[in-house]
Amino acid sequence: MPLLEMREIVKEFPGVRALDGVSLSLDAGEFHALVGENGAGKSTLMKVLSGVYPAGSYTGEILIEGSPARFRGIRDSEAAGIAIIFQELSLVKELSVGENIFLGREPASLGIINWSELYHKATKLLTDLGLDIDPRVAVGNLGIGQQQLVEIAKALSQNARIVVLDEPTAALTEAEVETLFGILDGLKERGVGMIYISHKLDEVLRLSDRVTVLRDGRTVATHAAAGLTKDTIISEMVGREVGDIFPQSAHEFGETALEVRGITAFSTDRPDKKLVDDVSFSVRRGEVLGIAGLMGSGRSELLMSIFGSYPGKKSGSIIIDGSEAKISEPMDAISRGIGFVTEDRKRYGLLLEQTILDNMTLAALERISGRFITHRARETAAAASPMTKLRIKANSPMTVAGTLSGGNQQKVVLGKWLLTEPKVLFLDEPTRGIDVGAKQEIYAEINALAKEGLAIVLVSSELPEVLGLADRVIVLHEGTVRGEFMREEATPEKVMAAATGVTT
Amino acid sequence: MMKSIAKLFDASSLRAFAMIAVLAVIWGYFHWATGQIFLTPRNLSNLMTQMSVTGIIAVGMLMLIVSANIDLSVGSVLGLAGGIAAYTLTNLGYPIPVAIGLALLAGIAIGVFQGVLTAKAGIPAFIVTLGGLLAWRGAVKWQLGGNTVPIADDTFKMIGQGNIPAWVGWVLAGIAVAFVIAMAIRSQRALKEYGLGEGNIAAAVAKSLIPIGAILIFIWVMNSYQGVPVPVLIFVGVALIGSFLMSSTTFGRYLYAIGGNAEAARLSGINNSRNVIVVYGILGALTGIAALIYTARVGSAAPDAGTLKELDAIAACVIGGASLMGGRGTVFGACLGALIMASLDNGMSLLNVRDFMQDIIKGSILVAAVGLDMMGKK
Repeated sequence: MPLLEMREIVKEFPGVRALDGVSLSLDAGEFHALVGENGAGKSTLMKVLSGVYPAGSYTGEILIEGSPARFRGIRDSEAAGIAIIFQELSLVKELSVGENIFLGREPASLGIINWSELYHKATKLLTDLGLDIDPRVAVGNLGIGQQQLVEIAKALSQNARIVVLDEPTAALTEAEVETLFGILDGLKERGVGMIYISHKLDEVLRLSDRVTVLRDGRTVATHAAAGLTKDTIISEMVGREVGDIFPQSAHEFGETALEVRGITAFSTDRPDKKLVDDVSFSVRRGEVLGIAGLMGSGRSELLMSIFGSYPGKKSGSIIIDGSEAKISEPMDAISRGIGFVTEDRKRYGLLLEQTILDNMTLAALERISGRFITHRARETAAAASPMTKLRIKANSPMTVAGTLSGGNQQKVVLGKWLLTEPKVLFLDEPTRGIDVGAKQEIYAEINALAKEGLAIVLVSSELPEVLGLADRVIVLHEGTVRGEFMREEATPEKVMAAATGVTT
Repeated sequence: MMKSIAKLFDASSLRAFAMIAVLAVIWGYFHWATGQIFLTPRNLSNLMTQMSVTGIIAVGMLMLIVSANIDLSVGSVLGLAGGIAAYTLTNLGYPIPVAIGLALLAGIAIGVFQGVLTAKAGIPAFIVTLGGLLAWRGAVKWQLGGNTVPIADDTFKMIGQGNIPAWVGWVLAGIAVAFVIAMAIRSQRALKEYGLGEGNIAAAVAKSLIPIGAILIFIWVMNSYQGVPVPVLIFVGVALIGSFLMSSTTFGRYLYAIGGNAEAARLSGINNSRNVIVVYGILGALTGIAALIYTARVGSAAPDAGTLKELDAIAACVIGGASLMGGRGTVFGACLGALIMASLDNGMSLLNVRDFMQDIIKGSILVAAVGLDMMGKK
């Protein structure tokens, strides 16, 4: 009998079916890899398993050792022996390693914590795992890799039988990766079942017993890892036709609008780590340049570094219309004709409590409305054309932005940047979390803008989107350019191979 | 009919009407409870004079709160600026313009200094101005040597105690009415010019009747006693300019953007730190003006002048619908909030409510007002 079985899981969000009948089984002592493109449904599936999405919010069955489980929250799944280690760490940095491991379960009598017992247990746990970490040290003083290992120790202290690891090696050094793999081998021997989510196919093939591939919320296949090749996995991950939703249109290219040389950006957490490493590219008027890459490959950091909004240390030169541009703040980039539709519109794009009009005119207010005194009617008139062109559905320009649907919010952000009359437009995940209809309208608009002679740089986690829209694609892997393809030669397999660091 | 009324007034005006209704209830109750004393021209004139110091600071505080910042030091800065004015006049014997100039300069300099510490050095506004609350109060005590400095100059005292002649009041009312009508017509013309609608001038004038009525009643009531008090005139001027800045300039719009989503504002090319420093400077200048009125009204500068004024100003903004998280609030709301607080003070004093009871009631009303606001949003 399998340790865990998930049967026909269906999870819907408004307008999106994130999981469409996914099944997965895990045996005791098995190492099971879960792979798929960004957005394939891996994280959603794990949130179902952990009770983050409680029973009743999805359909399908979860069986633990054959008996049905209905988790109402994380506490329930923890009690059932499931531990999930998410990408974002959930440790309290100010507390010590020991305090973190036993947070909420401190050995205590009458509410008074028995510190010596706590640290004794913590020390034993860490030594058993072969970790040389002082349990009294504050977590914030450890490196990211060691923090990750503490997180794993914490999960194991709860006697987990099922451990889920979501991209655990992304922040680890090579030595730390080896330590982690050693720990995982030990767990296997103790009969713990592990689900391992990773984009690193070499690791996947080295460690796993079985591999399950997800695509568009469905299970494509589950294979025994022995004899499986990376090529098979990649073709199953992307195996999807680039359909008619991308209106193929020939763009005419003009002269180079933007050229960047040697862009390098350092991590804010780890000043010695390069998130973007010596990236150069150029984009011409009328051209759509796609930047592909997996999560954490440095795509957003690259755009932010050019736009002057990257918070960490960075270097490199930027040439606009043939002359070197000094950009240290977004306002410099805007005045040089760069627009930036940022990812995560709610966090970086919109004033949610303010009107469509206030949002759309914000980046070009002084030009549209007047240097100091604003002019409502002039603003309304200026916003009217993008509102119609982008088909923003709202009662009036005075509708509050936060009440709009995701698609309309995204169009408001796009409209804001069009009103700055940019020469170069950056788009970072322009269609994330919006419905198909709005997506197509945004695709059409991107093509139309390129035709008007705008140079466009498009970052997207959805590979078909990049392949369908871009005239040329550059692929990032761990901050460096690992491939460049013209539209004709950019196949999903080639791009995915470059993005996963497979050298061909 | 209902529909057209609803169309005429959006959500924020509805809120303003609710507040005016609350104010009407409070006034009605006090008028009844005090045996028809509260709503007399004499008392209303006193009430307006009492609120003008808090009101002037509240206008600047509102602008700062909208940008998601705060200033806890204004009470101490008021004391210091007043002390500087009194010391300059009485101890040093300099002429009035020098005293006024130095008091304003002190307010602006302190504001800009605290703004730089917040916006450039990144020290949280709460901490910077909490430090200011202590340090500037210490500075007043040092400067005045712990004594109260009297002011003998009657011309200076006019700032806090004078009234303007009735005919000047009417002339100002006439100018204000003409301005309101001109603005209404301008906005309708603009609508037509940009092809956004018919431009209904009759409706625009009808909508202006409320402010016009308010202006005329206000001047009439004030003239029925001794004419518009100088502090009230200054307060109304400050409120009008502040309201214009917040609603009709790029500067005001940027403050709402910075308070609403600082990161989105910066990514849209706004110079967040410069705008925040300017607001601190404006609040400092307004605190200087308030200090001059306060000192002139009392006729002396005391080491503890202005204590707790920061809390009155913040309370006025919050009662008036501002969010301490930033991005939301109006100057008009803050002024109404200040008027409500001043009405409670004035009415409860007339009723001889003990001072500790007054504090308890005001505190409860502050919390209840925000609580109701939160409930209304759900």
